[in-house]
Amino acid sequence: MDAKIFDMPCADIAWCPGCGNFLILKSLKDALTELDIKPENLVMVSGVGSASKTPHYIRANVFDGLHGRILPPACAIKAVNPELTVVAVGGDGDMYGEGGNHLIHAIRRNSNITNIVHNNMLYCLTRKQASPSSSYGLITPVQTHGVTEEPFNPVAIAISAGATFVARAFCTDTEKTKEIIKKAILHKGYSLVDVLMPCVTFEVNSYKWFKENSYYLEQTDKVFSREEAFKKAIEIEKLPLGIFYIQEGKATFEENQTAYKDNKTPLVFREISRGKMINDLLHSYT
Amino acid sequence: MTSKNMKDKGVSVVFAGEAGQGIDTITLLISKIYKKCGYNVCLTKEYMSRIRGGINSSEIRISKDRVNAYTDTIDFLFALIPEAIEYLKKRITKETLIFKVEPSERYKNTYAAGMLFGLTAISSDIPEQMLRVFLEEKGEQVINKNLETFKKGYEKGRELSEEKAVKINIDASEEVKNEMFMNGTEAIALGCVAGGCNFISSYPMSPATGVFIELVKASDRFDIITEQAEDEISSMNMNIGAWYAGARAIVTTSGGGFDLMTEALSLAGIIESPMVIHIGQRPGPATGLPTKTEQGDLELALYAGHGEFPRIIYAPGSLEECYELAKAAFINADKYQMPVFLLSDQYLLERSYNIPVINVSEEKINQNIIKTEKDYKRYQFTDNGLSPRGIPGYGDGLVCVDSDEHDEDGHLTEDCDLRVKMIHKRRKKLDLALQNSIMPEFIGNPDYKILLLGWGSAKNSIIEALRLCKRNDLAFLHFKQVFPLPPETKKLLTKAKKLVAIENNTNGQLARLIRTEFCINIDKNILKYDGLPFSADKLAKEIGEL
Repeated sequence: MDAKIFDMPCADIAWCPGCGNFLILKSLKDALTELDIKPENLVMVSGVGSASKTPHYIRANVFDGLHGRILPPACAIKAVNPELTVVAVGGDGDMYGEGGNHLIHAIRRNSNITNIVHNNMLYCLTRKQASPSSSYGLITPVQTHGVTEEPFNPVAIAISAGATFVARAFCTDTEKTKEIIKKAILHKGYSLVDVLMPCVTFEVNSYKWFKENSYYLEQTDKVFSREEAFKKAIEIEKLPLGIFYIQEGKATFEENQTAYKDNKTPLVFREISRGKMINDLLHSYT
Repeated sequence: MTSKNMKDKGVSVVFAGEAGQGIDTITLLISKIYKKCGYNVCLTKEYMSRIRGGINSSEIRISKDRVNAYTDTIDFLFALIPEAIEYLKKRITKETLIFKVEPSERYKNTYAAGMLFGLTAISSDIPEQMLRVFLEEKGEQVINKNLETFKKGYEKGRELSEEKAVKINIDASEEVKNEMFMNGTEAIALGCVAGGCNFISSYPMSPATGVFIELVKASDRFDIITEQAEDEISSMNMNIGAWYAGARAIVTTSGGGFDLMTEALSLAGIIESPMVIHIGQRPGPATGLPTKTEQGDLELALYAGHGEFPRIIYAPGSLEECYELAKAAFINADKYQMPVFLLSDQYLLERSYNIPVINVSEEKINQNIIKTEKDYKRYQFTDNGLSPRGIPGYGDGLVCVDSDEHDEDGHLTEDCDLRVKMIHKRRKKLDLALQNSIMPEFIGNPDYKILLLGWGSAKNSIIEALRLCKRNDLAFLHFKQVFPLPPETKKLLTKAKKLVAIENNTNGQLARLIRTEFCINIDKNILKYDGLPFSADKLAKEIGEL
């Protein structure tokens, strides 16, 4: 398959030149291509913000919903038709701020979806305010005396909430990011890929800053235990990159539904013919 | 024997005590037994928001004729705690016979049930048999103790019947024996199943949780995906996602929970998603009276969500309407690609009575979903505003929906001309829905002078009040579709010399809507907002004085 199959040549791209979003988009398209996923079977789910425009720049089915609310519909879409590949994309404000509660519970639900978060540690479309993942001391027009809140640590939170796949990537390394995204999509269960990226316009953290303040976890076949993964997750001096944690074999939200216990046909393709059964049910009230 | 306690049409029996005494359980069982014996029965309950303690009361009307509304009258009161008498003093008259259940009785509820069957001279066979079946899982010891208590109560009831000269002479009917006995919650859930519901994500909230529970119960048999979401925001967004992928989803909540869903309601509006929203109303604002009843959220359903988009609001008033309108909500949400509301309340959801078995057609559900072609456009412009609805993974096309204003493909746009066209497209769907409105039900003398107006749960109380007041110049118009108001209604309204709106709220919300939509003023409002439903007998007096 050619990555061009996902191109949208007529799209009026609203991102700033040089934005990290372009790199993540490329990694995602390449990952989808290598996995041979057809645009017709792919649903891109997003909310509001610059990152959330990603689905409009990739040939796929799109559910572009509300700010912060992308995980609930993503879980539902997958449950109604498990044959679809569901990728939910948002920024740090979308996923970690407005949607923080949904993030925790989507992790607990463990739907077989992939959640990519473009994390530039800043609100940019609203013109530079702190995001939940902003560093201490960041000064903005709103946080005039600097950020005082503890930076949100998505990787640590995901591992502690029971996520079955947790990774952090850096947008510049498109090849490595692509590989992580591929593994995330192939993973059965909820997968979080937190992708670090700078904002080139409000340049708080530059490409250079991220490069200097991150390092790759040793890529071996060894999988971290949950405890080891958590230890890595709370390292903040230099941010570790790569796959932190994978738990295989945990039942997904859709697998736990009785509707799929004996019948694997996606719910959406089943005929709804209930007259006789309803009659029986009604007579149980006599 | 004739006496002042002779009952030949019907009796109203109230059981009152504290939460935890099993009033709910026993009154439901008693009601089912009387129905099984061929009596018309209506069970209405009111209770406090606590697991133990407080005072709750349940009214069982047992009657020769159909009964399906609440009445203030109490013929027999079974007080399981002494405080119950003070609590119900407004409803107690000289005619009320009060039976106190001895504090020493362990199974007070069963004892009181025995008394009632003794008093009403129902052979103890059927009650004992049904009690046994009901307690089956509790083990032989519990069954025996309960039966023993029941028998004791029954004997006491027989004695009292002599002593107080109580004579019950209500005709039973063979037909009633085979009727259904259910409440509004069950009827709505059944209607959802009949409408093809196969997805529910909700968050518990009284009095609407019951519909969720009923659908979960049905989920094995009918392939329904169920999820208790982390909050109402999530549940509404999940359900919209489910419709997008091709399921038929509902959310069930109360006003406070729905407040949290209004953002997603707006999403359903712009992406033209079908959606079914059941609001079991209860008195607000905020937590209000969590277990009581009110029709206070018509305007909430009507105006909720930012921006302008079409919607339909149904308000069932009877069990049959609960079933029919819940089914219609799914069919029309799918047909018109817009949110459809079902407005109920605690009075409607938790009141049980017998109705003839509903007739169900066996045809399969016709879903308005197309297999997409390569060039599929989700928001393709059409004459009537409806674009064929595709779903992802079915056909060669791509299905794009966007909370931003969008083009025909579903991709975001900031083109102001396109915006206007999209507004018109969405607006046209309301015209279409309006053409296929569910008309209000007219009851009474067609040569009326005074027209009573009501909606939703007040229906049965108003109909009984109308019958009781015996006035020939009155008629009643019951709105099942509260929005959009069918334009044909206007001539029925203008024909009346006087319009009287009867609503379980403070502001007369239907009255205001009629004024807005038809420029017709309502002459008088009969409003009730103490958390309790309209009682047929008290309402009869009020409308008798009009």
